Amino acid sequence: MKKELGIGILLLVLCVAVAILNPQFLSTANLQNTSRLVGMFGIFSIGMGLVIITGGIDLSVGSVFALQGIVLAILLTRAHWPWPAATAAVVVGVVLLGVGHGFLITVVRLQPFIVTLCGLLFYRGLARFISNDETRGFGTSSFGLLRPLAAGKLGPVPMPFVVLLVVAAVMAVVLHRSVYGRYLYAVGRNEEAARFSGINTRLVIGSAYAVSMLLAAISGIQLAFYTNSVSPSGHGLSYELYGIAAAVLGGCSLRGGEGSILGILLGSALLQVLQNLVNLLGIPSSLNLAVMGAVILAGICVDQLLASRAKRTRKPA
Amino acid sequence: METTPILNLLGVCKRFPGVVALDNVNLSLGSGEILALIGENGAGKSTLVKILAGVLQPDAGRIVLDGRDLSVRSAADAAALGFGVVHQELNLLDNLDVAGNLFLGREPARFAWAGPLRWIDSAAMVRQSRPHLDRLGLNISPRTPLAQLSLAQQQMVEIAKALSQNARILVLDEPTSSLTRAETYRLLLTLKDLSRQGVSVLFISHRLGEICEIANRVVALRDGKNAGELPHDRIDHANMVRLMIGRDLRSFYVPASSTARRIRLQVRGLRTTAWPDQAVSFDAAGGEILGLAGLVGCGRSELARAIFGVDPMPAGQIALDGRPLRIGSARDAIDAGVYLVPEDRRRTGLIVDMTVRQNISLPALRRFASMLLIRPDRETRHADQQVRMLQIKTPSCETPAMNLSGGNQQKVVLAKWLGMKPKVLIVDEPTRGIDVGAKAEIYRLLRALADQDVAVIVISSDLEEVLGVSDRVAVMREGKIVGILPRSEFSERAVMDLAFGTASATAASGGGDRS
Repeated sequence: MKKELGIGILLLVLCVAVAILNPQFLSTANLQNTSRLVGMFGIFSIGMGLVIITGGIDLSVGSVFALQGIVLAILLTRAHWPWPAATAAVVVGVVLLGVGHGFLITVVRLQPFIVTLCGLLFYRGLARFISNDETRGFGTSSFGLLRPLAAGKLGPVPMPFVVLLVVAAVMAVVLHRSVYGRYLYAVGRNEEAARFSGINTRLVIGSAYAVSMLLAAISGIQLAFYTNSVSPSGHGLSYELYGIAAAVLGGCSLRGGEGSILGILLGSALLQVLQNLVNLLGIPSSLNLAVMGAVILAGICVDQLLASRAKRTRKPA
Repeated sequence: METTPILNLLGVCKRFPGVVALDNVNLSLGSGEILALIGENGAGKSTLVKILAGVLQPDAGRIVLDGRDLSVRSAADAAALGFGVVHQELNLLDNLDVAGNLFLGREPARFAWAGPLRWIDSAAMVRQSRPHLDRLGLNISPRTPLAQLSLAQQQMVEIAKALSQNARILVLDEPTSSLTRAETYRLLLTLKDLSRQGVSVLFISHRLGEICEIANRVVALRDGKNAGELPHDRIDHANMVRLMIGRDLRSFYVPASSTARRIRLQVRGLRTTAWPDQAVSFDAAGGEILGLAGLVGCGRSELARAIFGVDPMPAGQIALDGRPLRIGSARDAIDAGVYLVPEDRRRTGLIVDMTVRQNISLPALRRFASMLLIRPDRETRHADQQVRMLQIKTPSCETPAMNLSGGNQQKVVLAKWLGMKPKVLIVDEPTRGIDVGAKAEIYRLLRALADQDVAVIVISSDLEEVLGVSDRVAVMREGKIVGILPRSEFSERAVMDLAFGTASATAASGGGDRS
């Protein structure tokens, strides 16, 4: 809980500072755009967080966005599938990729880093091949309810943010209250001991990759309609790193077994506010990534210092 | 052999959280002496070796070499002082050749002025390797890649490495545990040879026979304390066993109360992946404690893991209460009421950075859930109840398990299963590394379980313990059960004879007084 409090305060301070330096920050348009981005990034970051809690990692997310976007565009604009069918096909397909990752990691016993790194390369290449390396657009059609659901607004609030709140609420219950959630932490802390307690560790770990891909599929559809065209080589490029950064910033340990939904939410929000800050404060946008890297590093250093101080002052039992 | 000691350890103490590993241990080693250090598992032998190797620092006590106090702060210190330590796990690099290993970190160099970029003078290294290998009668080329050598040869290379650094005191931690009989013989000859050349040898072994053959003196440790020593003419199997076991724990053990017993667990023709050629069959009855004795590595833990479903079982049948049981995973065993308290509680028994509550509830979590959501009130009530019942000393149920002492951690592992109505409970080394008081409590608990018609199986390397706590003892050797002793035939000698195999037990009493 302390970690969440720390990053929450950091987020708040940052928001107040930016708002004072540039009142534009609080304008409706800026708040809407920022919350839309928080929504899209937050949803797949939660999936990434689950995988990280099991002690793994998923590097394939960004490439999946490209492949999924291309396929969705082709199905809707070339094959003229009805939108529910196209959406379902894309979501199921992406989840199956996650099941495949889980299988390779838990049954074939390959390292998560390697499996999803190969995914990163493979899906990107596939996206470029099936699109002839050409950008695919969605045009202006709304595809029934799909565009309003993916990129519209509920009242003044952008849909991705609404979906994020729903996903976060559901996942918070799953992770913090359900048996499955406890098992995720248990396998992340000590897979062997979890197995000795009768937990089907393969199923628990493998399913985390599937859930991660399910959430990535939701983010991916929103992202595709946000950009409204999908360039196979650049769409979603290195977005998995934002997910990892958000999860780690929010208190997930890459050693596994640690992290919370609230922390991941705050982490994702912080990343987007940082981007926003760069834009609003007139910092050259080429410094964007540098600012993000520096802030994450500083945050993690402070956290480490506090943690080791807490350890030193704690009385040995 | 009476020599003036060159090395003296005086009052050496070392404690770890929850355990006193060494308590005021004294040890002396003469020049050219071969001293055997014996003791049960957990007696403190390896801790002592690590202190001499500079891996661990003693909390108290003196190390006196040639009459001078010294401290061994690192492996480099140990080497510089003339200690050559050969650990159980060899510290060699199998991607280098023999010469490269001998001179690792001290390679003869050309262009020495170039600092880290100096060239390794391979020719000189090979030339300088030869005498060290010859001294041990090791007939291999210094150019041989280490990976091509047998384990015994690699061990010799490790010894050669120590000698090439002018080691005067050679410390060997169970050097023969993975050697064949012929290889062992050759190693023992080499050690005798070295002792004639004035090298002192501190030798740790569980194989009493080889100690009889080469040791000039035996020192025994028990529970981290000196348990006595034997001069050369009193070294024999019986005396060593007596020294290792010594203390009377009998008053701790609660005798069986029930007599009518029904078979609960039947194991027929079970093979493990560790010993695929051996089929194991036995029965365990409700109300009894069945001991499983034998040397380390004889297949007891592997048997337990196969029954519990965490290791694959290539062949065999298991029946519970007369009904056949198919076990493909730990879940199957747990659903049937067959539980295991594993040997390594920190690695497999507990998730140490989870709380006491979370650990206790983990295997039964689904029982505290409705609609797959954990009901915190039910979970907490269950954990509290177990903590009270087993008198686990913890500030609260929300304390991480790692903050508890070894004995209380073990009770948390037991608590996981006791709340789930065990039918068969297998406990693997239940009291390793925990203090005497907690041991007594655990013995009482196991007996109470047996009295509730549970079939309790206790695996233990502690002879006194396994004989004290059990109603029957099955002895394993090299993957098979070689005998099952009823209480009327219990004796340390009987178990030892079975565990070592009669032949080696005879050899062990080569000192001559076997009656």
